[in-house]
Amino acid sequence: MSTVEAKPHKVAHHFDSAEQEVAASKLGIWLFLCTEILMFGGLFVGYAIYKRMYPEIFLQGSTFLDWKLGALNTVVLLVSSLTMALSIYYAQKGQSSKSTSCLWLTLLCGFIFMGVKYIEYSHKLHLGLAPGAFFSYTETATLQGLPLYFSFYYCMTGLHGSHVLAGMVLIFWLIIRSHKKHFGPSYYTPLECVGLFWHLVDLIWIYLFPLLYLVE
Amino acid sequence: MSVNYLNEKKGLTSWLFTLDHKRIGILYMITVFTFFLVGGVFALLMRLELFGAGETFIPASVYNQFMTFHGAIMVFMVIIPGIPAFLGNFFLPLQIGAKDVAFPRVNLLSWYCLIVGSIVALCSLFFNGVDTGWTFYTPYSIRTDNGTLWVVLGAFIMGFSSILTGLNFIVTVHTLRAKGMGFFQLPLFVWSLYSTAIIQVLATPVLAITLLLLSAERIMGIGIFDPKLGGDPVLFQHFFWFYSHPAVYIMILPAMGVISELITTFSRKTIFGYKAIAFSSVGIAAVSFFVWGHHMFVSGQSEWVGVLFSFLTMLVGVPTAIKVFNWVATMYQGSIKFDTPMLYANGFLFLFVIGGVTGIMLATLAFDVHVHDTYFVVAHFHYVMVGGTLMAITGGLYYWLPKMFGRMYNEFWGRISFFLIFVGFNVTFFPQFILGFMGMPRRYHDYVPAYEPLNQLSTFGSWMIGLGFVVVFFVVLQALFKGEKASSNPWGAVTLEWQTDSPPPHENFHKTPVVGKNPYEYS
Repeated sequence: MSTVEAKPHKVAHHFDSAEQEVAASKLGIWLFLCTEILMFGGLFVGYAIYKRMYPEIFLQGSTFLDWKLGALNTVVLLVSSLTMALSIYYAQKGQSSKSTSCLWLTLLCGFIFMGVKYIEYSHKLHLGLAPGAFFSYTETATLQGLPLYFSFYYCMTGLHGSHVLAGMVLIFWLIIRSHKKHFGPSYYTPLECVGLFWHLVDLIWIYLFPLLYLVE
Repeated sequence: MSVNYLNEKKGLTSWLFTLDHKRIGILYMITVFTFFLVGGVFALLMRLELFGAGETFIPASVYNQFMTFHGAIMVFMVIIPGIPAFLGNFFLPLQIGAKDVAFPRVNLLSWYCLIVGSIVALCSLFFNGVDTGWTFYTPYSIRTDNGTLWVVLGAFIMGFSSILTGLNFIVTVHTLRAKGMGFFQLPLFVWSLYSTAIIQVLATPVLAITLLLLSAERIMGIGIFDPKLGGDPVLFQHFFWFYSHPAVYIMILPAMGVISELITTFSRKTIFGYKAIAFSSVGIAAVSFFVWGHHMFVSGQSEWVGVLFSFLTMLVGVPTAIKVFNWVATMYQGSIKFDTPMLYANGFLFLFVIGGVTGIMLATLAFDVHVHDTYFVVAHFHYVMVGGTLMAITGGLYYWLPKMFGRMYNEFWGRISFFLIFVGFNVTFFPQFILGFMGMPRRYHDYVPAYEPLNQLSTFGSWMIGLGFVVVFFVVLQALFKGEKASSNPWGAVTLEWQTDSPPPHENFHKTPVVGKNPYEYS
């Protein structure tokens, strides 16, 4: 059942052993995730402050968002996290073709997520629900501070979306390597590290969804 | 000469694509000193304008741009990468007996981030320059000329350089220590780099999001920091200083690490209070995250918050003083040799204590309100940043030059450079304490005639510092081309980097060292 990697991974010259190399990569990616949390943290703090200062604009703003599309994207990302985890599982079991298929599914979920985001963005921009100074929505009466809500909406989802895109590029890189059979039971560190990144991006969306779409 | 990291491969590409931490350290050295020259020239030009009252040779708008460039270049391109990315890159793996840092490719990437970031920042010159000061305070930075966006984006990209270096160092210290080297056998320079790295990793992302929001503010008018659209400009200051105050410890902590090495080596004595110095580095890093509000005593934060920040800021004085007392205690009854690096270390002690004590004065809420935004503050942070960090980096350069290039420098001219810089520094900045106390505000290109004599004195001093660094430059050049060959351990130091060749081979040690004792055991 288990297959051997086509090209066994060579431990980099400055490490004594494969275990040491894996430990370094793991610590490195976790530290990187800390930096991501602090970066998004700035936006969350800003959100908390303005939500407290102007609660009414956040209430009104969320009525312009379609919670069904938001929920759809939440499900899509959750599924993608599952397929990502399965891909690592299959790599550990040595079933590399299944591992590769799971990566393709993860990438597909990424595309669906970005597609839905595109529909949401273009619809809103069409209505004039743009951030800050470019806000030009006039169909119904809105609160004076509403543009600020959309500033947060675009900044938070925009930064998150750029991370989804970055994750997709990384997953595509994994797919290429996986096709070349670089991964197997004895070496799957890149899968794990990108997987952790992808789960974090998923997790951030889990917070963004209620804060922006479901706020009451 | 035997095969070493310098002559192992030849050609420009072997340097530009190198993964060797020592070569990357040298790349950083060249970059940092080039920017230091540029930032220094701007400083000299500013001092020249301030030589006389009234507009002497540059108009106010140009002065504001010089001031911004001086600040931004010195902070983002010189002091922050200065010690960690140059000396740290070169000596952290050597001091822990490793062959390289944990992620050599990330290490190279971080250098390219610095280069790309600086190029982007320099693009601002095509758009009327920047005149916000290095702090980019809103709402002015939203409304002023277009160049601001480029410098902000440049600083954003340079932030990645800092994050990646910090990340690399933490992982390296955790995973690549030589056999037998526990955390309490780490040299103190490594402890200080480790503490610095924690700040780099945890604080820089907050600057990243702040600068991104400021860019979005300029491009899309998001209004989060713009009072016209309901935003809060003081929030920008909170975000900015949440990074930028810890950032001053990114600048000073590694300098303290260098000083620990210099003092113990040139006193020929085990360092006094090893654990106290090690933990005080971590302590400073921890407290640094809770003091940012002392930059905003007059920005309209609540009084109680001001009192709290005042108290927390004074707390920084405790671990800092612990270090100073331990250094002095190390020298006590040691066999002190005043070679050039030791002179710089003592210069550091003298200047840094003045900078630190005036820091405690400024932390006092009521006193700060009196001298806020005056030259007193300018003098204070130059005593810490220049008197502290630049003294340490220059001392460290002399100390490790034999190891890096296998050549000795000229001791006589080394000492001359110290006296020029040390005396020049005091002549430049001590009068600024008095000027600030007399009420001269910072950041202006002009002042009332009563301040003229002290300003002239200060400008004279700036020429001495300039001359001092010219001497340093020639001493280094002379050492590189004509210097005597250095032995592997010219100072009789005991940390691991002195156990390998000068300059070290590509993989650092011919035989991976095994450590069995504490790092500073002089017998």
